[in-house]
Amino acid sequence: MSTLLDVKQLASQRAGRTLFADLSFSLQAGAVLHIEGENGAGKSTLLRSLVGLVELQAGTIQFFPSEHGLAQEWRQHTLFMGHKSAVKAELTALENVALQAQLSGLTQVDAWQLLETVGLLGLEDLPAGQLSAGQQRRIALTRLWYSQAPLWILDEPFTALDTRGIDLLQQRFAQHIEAGGAIILTSHQALTWQPEQLQRLRIQGGEL
Amino acid sequence: MWRWLHPYAKPETVYHLLGRWLPWATAGAVLILGIGLVWGLLFAPADYQQGDSYRIIFIHVPSAMFSMSIYVSLAIAAFIGRVWQLKMADWALAAIAPVGAVFTFIALFTGAVWGKPMWGTWWEWDARLTSQLILLFLYIGVLALYYAFSDNRTGAKAAGILAMVGVINIPIIRYSVEWWNTLHQGATLTVFERPPMANSMLFPLLTCILGFAFLAAALIMQRMRTEILRQELRRPWVKQVFGRPAATGERS
Amino acid sequence: MSRASSWTALTAIMKRDLMVVMRRRSDILNPLLFILVVVSLFPLAVGPGPDILGRIAAGVIWVAALLSALLGSERLFREDYLDGTLEQLTLQPQALPLLSFGKIAVHWLLSGLPLVILAPLCALLLKLPLAGWGTLMATLLVGTPILSAITAIGAALTVSLGRGGALLSLLLLPLFIPLLIFASGAVEAALVGTAAWPQVLLLAGLSLLTLLLAPFAVAASIRVSVN
Repeated sequence: MSTLLDVKQLASQRAGRTLFADLSFSLQAGAVLHIEGENGAGKSTLLRSLVGLVELQAGTIQFFPSEHGLAQEWRQHTLFMGHKSAVKAELTALENVALQAQLSGLTQVDAWQLLETVGLLGLEDLPAGQLSAGQQRRIALTRLWYSQAPLWILDEPFTALDTRGIDLLQQRFAQHIEAGGAIILTSHQALTWQPEQLQRLRIQGGEL
Repeated sequence: MWRWLHPYAKPETVYHLLGRWLPWATAGAVLILGIGLVWGLLFAPADYQQGDSYRIIFIHVPSAMFSMSIYVSLAIAAFIGRVWQLKMADWALAAIAPVGAVFTFIALFTGAVWGKPMWGTWWEWDARLTSQLILLFLYIGVLALYYAFSDNRTGAKAAGILAMVGVINIPIIRYSVEWWNTLHQGATLTVFERPPMANSMLFPLLTCILGFAFLAAALIMQRMRTEILRQELRRPWVKQVFGRPAATGERS
Repeated sequence: MSRASSWTALTAIMKRDLMVVMRRRSDILNPLLFILVVVSLFPLAVGPGPDILGRIAAGVIWVAALLSALLGSERLFREDYLDGTLEQLTLQPQALPLLSFGKIAVHWLLSGLPLVILAPLCALLLKLPLAGWGTLMATLLVGTPILSAITAIGAALTVSLGRGGALLSLLLLPLFIPLLIFASGAVEAALVGTAAWPQVLLLAGLSLLTLLLAPFAVAASIRVSVN
């Protein structure tokens, strides 16, 4: 089985306070890593520092250590979604989905199909600003349906989603895992779906 | 480059290194600048054209010279910080910029004071004075950006980018201002372009220039040490330096 | 990353920016109206005599252009920062400077180009002698890309602060000085009947240089800001 991510002795500080130190873990293909912790424990900081949005204090992160080709272009093979959905309020749902895909360098994406998948059909020509938070979230999440990246890093993917949305998302997660991908996610709620390889990591105010 | 820099990337090492150099720089500044100023202000002969008022060059010229080179060093520090991800270089920015701004202000102020007897006006849109004024604006921009961020590290990085943009712009600004000045026929009397200076004036001037170099170095070192302490406040080594027992945890 | 996907991403970001702004036309109109109002203040302040107005016309129009560039600069990255687009862009496999260039280009299309079109009206209001009109428009055409590019650097640097305004003008206005000098110098040269093309060419050169380097500075600034 191939390793997708290898993290060694990661440390991070924010405003002089240690969030985590000496944090090591690795992620195999087909695994889900669920990062838990209270508000402000540093979950988001951890995810953001994995993809280089936050400067590391110490430690090394190795993407796709066993496959040189992927490691070289890890950005292309890693999908990160933060709290913010990057949905433009002025554009319609359909335009948002289509442009989002193009921004990832893809032209052959059926935006209508994607909207149907996430259950937004019928709302496609409304400006996204008039949709609810959950619906905007769904627009952003369409990325998961065309993404070719084996490694997904998702910060609170279930925020603002209703139960049907959460179920839908977990179905997609299961497909991704089956196809040999891996997921790192933070979430305050327990997953209703039980993946075979579920790792848990708890961060709490400095110690692990 | 990285190999060579690496041992100096540790804040603790740099702090102690600067601590060793600082007394020498300070002593050099006091001594050399003292000699230069006394020599220039009291013993050098008066100018046959300008009388005693020319003596302001002993302050004006050195500060004007270094105001520019300090900005360049600011940009170099920012460049090193970006390329080699050296946080110490980012901090150096905060140490260097205010010193440069003050030097620029001194150059500008003495230039204006000198302008009064020369041109009969406190301010003349002379090419060099104008360039100096713009340089002061550039310094103010860098400082304002640095202090606008609540997080010093982000502030230092942002200000560093601005300093690099500024340093690319400086030659263009200089050239444009000179061109503008010839276009508009500003001051007729250029006190800066004069026949070669007599040695009796040149030597005290050179001494003053050297003294200002030491002064700048001493000020920057002192500021750098303070900056290191500020950034590393919660690290155990700082507590050791100040005689308190090293804390067990990171929290204080 | 393949060239095709970079191209797709570049067109996507330009299309997106264009569409967003086209749905909020006031963002384009307001800076232009601002210039018009500022320009019409001057005859009221210094008197409507053609000799004095004509002399200062080019300078006034250019100063108004600089100020209006600052006025509209926040929209460059502000929304993108707030809704997370900026964060997403830094994680794209495509080169960030390329995408930054796309944003600068759109900004110029929507603020620089309209300014060139508005210039004759301003020249008319300020009684700029006809000899200077062509040069004024030429300097605006080759000079406004510099305005967009440098404004983008400042906007990217200050986007996370939330209160750009005065700080932004402090950072940017000194950098605009060469532009101001050469542009108004060119018009003045045209007015006294000497050749203005050396300055226009010089501006064009500066413009190319700025467009070449600024995207990298913008990219670096974005990375600092999303941190």
